[in-house]
Amino acid sequence: MEWIRQKLDKFKKPFGKGEKLEKYAPAVNAIDTFLYTPNHTTQKGAHVRDAVDLKRVMITVVLSMIPVLIFGMWNTGYQYLSQIQAEVGFWEALGHGASKVVPMIVVSYAVGLGIEFAFAVMRGHEVNEGYLVTGLLIPMIMPVDIPLWMLAVSVVFAVLIGKEAFGGTGMNILNPALTARAFAFFAYPTFMSGNQVWVSEASNVDAVSGETILGSLAAGEQVNYSVMEMFMGYIPGSVAETPTLLILLCGLFLIFTKVGSWRIMLSAFIGAAVMALIFNALNIEGNELTNFPWYQHLLVGGLAFGIVYMATDPVSGAQTTRGKWIYGFLIGLFSIMIRIFNPAYPEGVMMAILLMNVFAPTIDHYVIQANVKRRKKRKEKGINPQIDTAV
Amino acid sequence: MSNDIRIKRGLTLRLKGEAEKTLVDAPRSKTFAIKPPDFHSVIPKMIVKEGATLQAGDEIFFSKYAPEVRFTSPVSGTLKEIKRGAKRRIMEVIIEADAQDTFRDFGKMDPLSGDAEAVKEKIYASGSGVFIKQRPYDIVADPKDSPKAIFVSAMNTAPLSGDVEFILKDRMQAFQVGLNALTRLTAGKVHVSIAKDAGSDLRNLQNVEIHQVSGPHPAANVGVQIHHIDPINQGDRVWTVGPEDVANIGDLFLTGNFSPIRTVALAGSSAENRKYYRTVIGANVADLVGTVNNDIRIISGDVFTGDKISNGQYLSFYPNTLTLIPEGNKYRMFGWLPFTYNNIPSNSRTSLSWLFPNKEYEVNTNLNGEDRALVVTGEMEEVFPMDIFPMQLLKACMAGDIEKMENLGIYEVAPEDFALIDYVNTSKLEAQEIIRLGLDLMITEVG
Repeated sequence: MEWIRQKLDKFKKPFGKGEKLEKYAPAVNAIDTFLYTPNHTTQKGAHVRDAVDLKRVMITVVLSMIPVLIFGMWNTGYQYLSQIQAEVGFWEALGHGASKVVPMIVVSYAVGLGIEFAFAVMRGHEVNEGYLVTGLLIPMIMPVDIPLWMLAVSVVFAVLIGKEAFGGTGMNILNPALTARAFAFFAYPTFMSGNQVWVSEASNVDAVSGETILGSLAAGEQVNYSVMEMFMGYIPGSVAETPTLLILLCGLFLIFTKVGSWRIMLSAFIGAAVMALIFNALNIEGNELTNFPWYQHLLVGGLAFGIVYMATDPVSGAQTTRGKWIYGFLIGLFSIMIRIFNPAYPEGVMMAILLMNVFAPTIDHYVIQANVKRRKKRKEKGINPQIDTAV
Repeated sequence: MSNDIRIKRGLTLRLKGEAEKTLVDAPRSKTFAIKPPDFHSVIPKMIVKEGATLQAGDEIFFSKYAPEVRFTSPVSGTLKEIKRGAKRRIMEVIIEADAQDTFRDFGKMDPLSGDAEAVKEKIYASGSGVFIKQRPYDIVADPKDSPKAIFVSAMNTAPLSGDVEFILKDRMQAFQVGLNALTRLTAGKVHVSIAKDAGSDLRNLQNVEIHQVSGPHPAANVGVQIHHIDPINQGDRVWTVGPEDVANIGDLFLTGNFSPIRTVALAGSSAENRKYYRTVIGANVADLVGTVNNDIRIISGDVFTGDKISNGQYLSFYPNTLTLIPEGNKYRMFGWLPFTYNNIPSNSRTSLSWLFPNKEYEVNTNLNGEDRALVVTGEMEEVFPMDIFPMQLLKACMAGDIEKMENLGIYEVAPEDFALIDYVNTSKLEAQEIIRLGLDLMITEVG
């Protein structure tokens, strides 16, 4: 393997310090660090460092998304093929789905990483790995038939306005993937909502009708899917939002690797359940969504996907431990509330997360202010307070 | 007594190469050095020139802004060289030692019966005042202050660090006398923290308040203990003294001589003859480690807070540990793949190393990544056992927002408390440096 290293070092030479192409070093370094963890040693501070780095964390998230993505591809094919024919083979379905979804992933990565690289060169910092996750999330939360150019425009908007305008990775206020979806949702509503977009080819082939469960409920229709189908995800929807069971398992993986916040996930599901239970108890006549059983509310739509993969985004979410509980709970609460009160946005979780992204710094502010007050009080007392030592 | 402090958050890193518990006398170095950079924020004013003859305890330089703080020679000999760095900053004052030390006599005294001012006077005249550090800011204390309490952490939790109880074993009398002296410097209490498994020698200390502290690193950090015993508020001053330095102060009162004894645990996977060496502050490390090639990093101190020195240089002033670990200047293919390279310890679960909590790791100095934007949250709090928001405090320091730093508790922290944050954080943020710069800003703006 030594020769690869030597080739790389030779290739990198003109990009070195003081050389002609130094400006473009971040782009080359991004590729190099993808192959090799660099030989940098500690120069100040602690002499030894943890094995974890941002690349590892982001790749762990990507790993946790892959099973859901594969299911999403299969389901895309399954929804389409099962409506036009009776028998559906596994590979057939997966093949159809892949032919639709893979181009979306390619476009998302190409456009997004292109912008990231350009900004890294412009600003002279290294390429951050955050887009590895964002770039895969975006195709997973779009309707399968969205034209690729719309996807590209959404990505451009999300990365430029949602992220780089605020200073790049780590500085953004809104979750970039959801920003892309929200942009597409408001810019191209006919491709992002209604009953013609959720199953592959639904707008072209008469035999195919693609309505989501939430869409049917909002229209006051009955739902023909069993609870099991909802839980497993054999239902129409955005590419990979449907398999609740699989998403929960992958969520457990994220919790287990300590990459995703279990506090946000748990409190968000609790919040959603509480809100749905309240509406169930109100028992309003005529609104199918309010009377939809609370546990089924948790299974359909993008709720689980949003909570597990988007609400837990550490940059746009709350950062303090107590803040995370509040932030998650309110996301769950608002998801169901928006879903029920506003049939134009049956997918409440997107709005709820974006809303709470905006309020996360406020939540943190009050959590931190409590700590500041405690310290000031201690000073005023002037005596030795018995603070809880079991920290 | 209910003086139990249980620390829950933190991280005990197990490393290969602990020092064997045998105490040997180190061979006497030919040259010794006092390094002014060891005393943060002190500007040295030299009072002797190159070529001067010195007794042990003779003043070499003093602090420009607190002339009472004198820095004295640890050995008798000739001042060989004043090594200067950039902007003519004094980096090392090198003394060529005589074969046998002659001491300047400061006179014996019982610190408990003597006048409190005389006790302080003797400590500072002999140069032992440098052993006393101050919080906030983690700098050499100013004798004009009157501290509300003095803290001594007679325990160790940092990886491979010297066992305090073992170091003090044959110096318990001096340790007690030193503590007696410290009680005369404050109107408040002198707090001594001991480990849960400490022996009766430490438990039976007189005239001080004993606290039993348990839990993972950084439980032994004096800053963490202060936070739980008697936290520092704005305007407070507390003093801290290292355990062996208390014994050195004690020896000053017992013998009348400045006592610069330093017991050093030589540890780390690259060290040979891993033992405890009794030597003198500022000794040449070459006499302890022998010949060492360039692939090995010599750290005066523990792996979290020590100073990087090269062979032939001198021990730093305070630490009781000398750690040798391999340099990590090697590439690792696909090092970002989760669950690979499990031989590198990790506090995160993206590596399988957490499955082997009792394994001793051989670590190197590789950064294991590159610096990145702050993304991951919650990991700093896991290793920071204080009622302080570490990430928010770091951000306030980076922004230089003094009011925010004050509100978030800058007075209670020292760089060493952020060493574990250096270690665990995913973005490879240099937390200790940021806190040091933040504290420096506070010194200039608030004082």
